[in-house]
Amino acid sequence: MKQMIPLDLSKTSPVMANSKTRKVAGVLMIAISLALLPWVAAHFGNSWVRILDIALLYVMLAMGLNIVVGFAGLLDLGYIAFYAVGAYLYGLLASPHLTDNFEWIAAAFPDGLHTSVWLMLPLGALVAGIFGVLLGAPTLKLRGDYLAIVTLGFGEIIRIFMNNLNAPLNITNGPQGINMIEPVHIAGVRLSKGTEILGLEISSLQLYYYLFLAITLIIILVCMRLQNSRLGRAWTAIRDDEIAAKAMGINTRNVKLLAFAMGASFGGVSGAMFAAFQGFVSPESFGLMESIIILSMVVLGGMGHIPGVILGAVLLSGFPELLRHVVTPVQEAVFGKVLVDAEILRSLIYGMSMILIMLYRPKGLWPQKKGGSQ
Amino acid sequence: MMKDQPLSPNTVSSNTVKSNVLFSVQNLGKRFGGLVAIDDVSVQIEQGQIYGLIGPNGAGKTTFFNLMTGLYQADSGNFLFDGEPFSPASPHQVARMGIARTFQNIRLFSSMTALENVSVGLDCHAKSGVLSTIFRTPAQQREEREIKAKSQELLDYVGIGKYAHELATHLSYGDQRRLEIARALATQPKLLALDEPAAGMNATEKLKLRELLVQMRQDGKTILLIEHDVKLVMGICDQVSVLDYGKIIEQGSPAKVQKSPAVIEAYLGGLNHA
Repeated sequence: MKQMIPLDLSKTSPVMANSKTRKVAGVLMIAISLALLPWVAAHFGNSWVRILDIALLYVMLAMGLNIVVGFAGLLDLGYIAFYAVGAYLYGLLASPHLTDNFEWIAAAFPDGLHTSVWLMLPLGALVAGIFGVLLGAPTLKLRGDYLAIVTLGFGEIIRIFMNNLNAPLNITNGPQGINMIEPVHIAGVRLSKGTEILGLEISSLQLYYYLFLAITLIIILVCMRLQNSRLGRAWTAIRDDEIAAKAMGINTRNVKLLAFAMGASFGGVSGAMFAAFQGFVSPESFGLMESIIILSMVVLGGMGHIPGVILGAVLLSGFPELLRHVVTPVQEAVFGKVLVDAEILRSLIYGMSMILIMLYRPKGLWPQKKGGSQ
Repeated sequence: MMKDQPLSPNTVSSNTVKSNVLFSVQNLGKRFGGLVAIDDVSVQIEQGQIYGLIGPNGAGKTTFFNLMTGLYQADSGNFLFDGEPFSPASPHQVARMGIARTFQNIRLFSSMTALENVSVGLDCHAKSGVLSTIFRTPAQQREEREIKAKSQELLDYVGIGKYAHELATHLSYGDQRRLEIARALATQPKLLALDEPAAGMNATEKLKLRELLVQMRQDGKTILLIEHDVKLVMGICDQVSVLDYGKIIEQGSPAKVQKSPAVIEAYLGGLNHA
């Protein structure tokens, strides 16, 4: 990140140079470990790589929700709707579903719908962003609990639509969901197959990992840039004191809508990637519980603090999987049979840890630190 | 100190208007249900003045403020700013037009540093949008640097430059008031409206505030000052209006107002009973 040029270079330059090399070294270390991570994970089994992939999807989602909840302070309980919009958009535009059900679409696309990922990413962001504005516009005057209730309703409406839009026109295929969604193709490589580069075999899950990582990094970069800008300040200003924000010339309507749109668009991108990754989408992936989990990631990590939110997303998405892989074998080893199902234990520990964190670290695990002694 | 940019077409027309009046309102009225909060109030503020608006508690001073800055909607009244009629419909438009305000009960952005608080004010006239921010264009970076530098300048101007990187809420009470003034100045206002800036200040802080107000007038700012502290108002204001029960009971120079029987009744009468 470029900082302001210090006025007195002679005094500060050695320190700056030192901190700069440290920064570069740190970034390099992180880059190398992120690049090697799927190989380490693959060593323990492919399911671990899959966990990494899912975690990255959640990081994207949490980053998006963090804009709405963390930056702008608008409590959104229906965030998963945008994930659903992105997922269904990809599902519809990259599967035989539409051509099977609508003759005119089949006539228009005789080879079937195979939308490129390069089109799907911006399109997913755009359409989800529009849905974000649709949700934002009627809720502009609401805050806190009231906003939460409306957004919760919105999330459910989207899910119920997905569940029921199979008649009279079969658009979403109802509860069965959309099948046979094409995987991502990049430069002739089918990400569902895996490939070989310079004699190195890369599995499908690892390929998806790198794709998701790239998208996640872009999203993080965008978030960081937005936060340290006029827009980020406007969002924080609205969160801190809306009346004062207005008095400072901030058009709160536009700025709020922008927060909804930006947050939603990241959700849309994440949803599109989820659809491509799974090859299948159905309404049950987009329930209220998912919205709550993503909100928990943001709150647990530290609202408005990007590294904190990333940590929260990784922990909360990885932790249940970790339990699943540990609890059953351990019980089998100790008791000879499974006493408590991993699923049940998971909810228990999940709830307990949330309570403990809210009691002892109400600002999250890694909150933003500003001011004070520097 | 700060370059006045041609922000609105108003700047052009103000040169053609002969009168020196920056802000005026005629026959302003506002009711809350059955309560008449502001009753037929007319005020005229000239360029470069410190204009005092005083009155006992509940006289309607803050309501007047909220009406002129668009926080409340007036029932009646004609506003004129910089030679152009305007209707204060929304606070952000009023701020962009060139009227900045502070609040009686301090309303700083609590999770931001002092510097960032002032930057929010400067953002008012910044131009960078979403795309230029995401791609971090050279113009956007330059603007950010300018905003930071100007914010620091403004903090120095009001005398709290060394607390730039402290959280706004960590500042002392008096300094928070100064920060609010710096933040209001950052929107590059033609008229600075201060709602009881001396409230809760000790004698030293009041003295320093007075110096700052005089300094701002010297630097060409026009100031509307709502204040309880009669001494402060009488000492520095060029013109004073006295509100009582939503009506203006006296208007004019401090010397004239001080002698007015109506004002003495409203103020001292109240004091005697207390």
